[in-house]
Amino acid sequence: MTTNFTLAELLICACADVWAKEGEVLATGIGIIPRIAQGLAKLTHSPQLMITDGEAYLVETPVVIGAKNHEGRSYGGWMPYSRVFDNLWGGRRHALVGPVQVDRWGQANLSCIGNFEKPKRQMLGLRGFPGNSINHANSMFVPNHGPRVFVEGEVDLVCSVGYKPERWPTGIKQDFMRIHHIVTDLCVMDFGGPDHAVRVIRLHPGISFEQVQAATGFPLIAAPEMRETDHPTDEQLAVIRALDPKDVRSRQLKDDPPGVRS
Amino acid sequence: MKFDKTQNAADVVAELRDGMTIGIGGWGPRRKPMALVREILKSDLKDLTVVGYGGTDMGMLCAAGKVKKLIYGFVSLDFIPLEPFFRKAREAGSLEALELDEGQLHWGLRAAAMRLPFLPTRVGLATDQIAKIDPCLRTVTSPYADGEVLLAMPALKLDVALLHVHRADRLGNTRLYSPDPFFDEWFARAADRSFVSCEDLVDQMASDEADAKCNPFERNLVTGVVHTPGGAHPTSHVPSYGWDAAHLKRYCAAAETDDGWQQYAAEFLHGDEAAYQQAIGGVDAILKLPRQVF
Repeated sequence: MTTNFTLAELLICACADVWAKEGEVLATGIGIIPRIAQGLAKLTHSPQLMITDGEAYLVETPVVIGAKNHEGRSYGGWMPYSRVFDNLWGGRRHALVGPVQVDRWGQANLSCIGNFEKPKRQMLGLRGFPGNSINHANSMFVPNHGPRVFVEGEVDLVCSVGYKPERWPTGIKQDFMRIHHIVTDLCVMDFGGPDHAVRVIRLHPGISFEQVQAATGFPLIAAPEMRETDHPTDEQLAVIRALDPKDVRSRQLKDDPPGVRS
Repeated sequence: MKFDKTQNAADVVAELRDGMTIGIGGWGPRRKPMALVREILKSDLKDLTVVGYGGTDMGMLCAAGKVKKLIYGFVSLDFIPLEPFFRKAREAGSLEALELDEGQLHWGLRAAAMRLPFLPTRVGLATDQIAKIDPCLRTVTSPYADGEVLLAMPALKLDVALLHVHRADRLGNTRLYSPDPFFDEWFARAADRSFVSCEDLVDQMASDEADAKCNPFERNLVTGVVHTPGGAHPTSHVPSYGWDAAHLKRYCAAAETDDGWQQYAAEFLHGDEAAYQQAIGGVDAILKLPRQVF
């Protein structure tokens, strides 16, 4: 097995795994690493995934990152935003999103820091978080695992729903929500602990559970099956290079760290 | 009697009043009726409520002090994730803001289109939207056996919708050839009156079946048609032209200085649309802007 891979490439493989057992869903990865990951998933373990060209059409061959023109593209279908909403409200989607704050209940914030009336910092807004999170499975990608992202209390403004029981009084249907994985630059986490507590299930090469805990504002559980994150295979690395021939992935993480950290 | 809905941009803006609720079609930096927005920027209009999937339209109207309230799914330029003049206005606390989920916004327009007070949805429940963004939002309980509690998304009734299309005729028939029509149809249906700016104007459409299917909404929703070639600039009008990334970067850089908006306005918004197009290098330069590749 090769050890000559970057952290970005390891994260692309870990992100691709979020779609491994999800069936025929619309896979939406927001950002460069999640977008390469959705292509990798489709070209390796999950050919059934639906993905788009990043604009308005469904493609069966993932679009290469940084393409200069539309030459050679062919489309399986049409996916304007109206159909994205129609489809996701029906539940057949799994999105990999990048929140700014996440709390112990999996609630995430993308809207603003501070008070909504006069925010200290306006961010992107609710975008699709409320609708995505209450209608279909979601995973999260956090490239800067630290206590400012994984906050001690609740996030400043809950944009996407989580597992906090007080938010789900009788009558409000929680059945369609599920938070699958959180992939960070340190580890992979899930919500498999008691009452959906956050657990670490994979540690990236060279990272300890104690390091992850120190970078997190709430207590974590080490899952019994916790082990090192799988290294990218030669086949995966070849697919990643084909999907990202200009190596845009190398500019996504500060200083493009190696996959195995010491 | 002649059936002709053509007007110029100034005629459209003369129909608007202070305090109106105006919906604007397009999506972020894509297919915004910017020639009509520029005409509003030059006017004395104030206290507007502006509704949409915002880009430069909302940012400029905020910068020019035209906005009392924004109702938005986002305000973004895509490759520049946050519209800088929107951000400035929000962080100054200088406007009312109803921040919505992108799907909720279209749901509110649909409710208005069907003349309903609200439409039920799960979207927004179990978040902070009701508590921190809009305490006026209400839930409703299903009258059927399930008894489910749902958010009652209020109708977003518009006084006016402003939309930009590829082609229109004098009767108000329209054509959209972009990859994504976005939610322009629902802005048109939610509004008392819709004004459409177009790249090409013909006397009367004479389409084949395939072309007729590119008609996004019916002409009885259209009050006025304005011929504005290049009128979406600096936003895109695919497949005709892409967004003007260099111009948008320069516009965003202006937000970094205190009098940046005044400087931008002095340079680009001092005259009519012809003067604007001259200042940015002519309409041919707009039509040559390459389409973005994603």
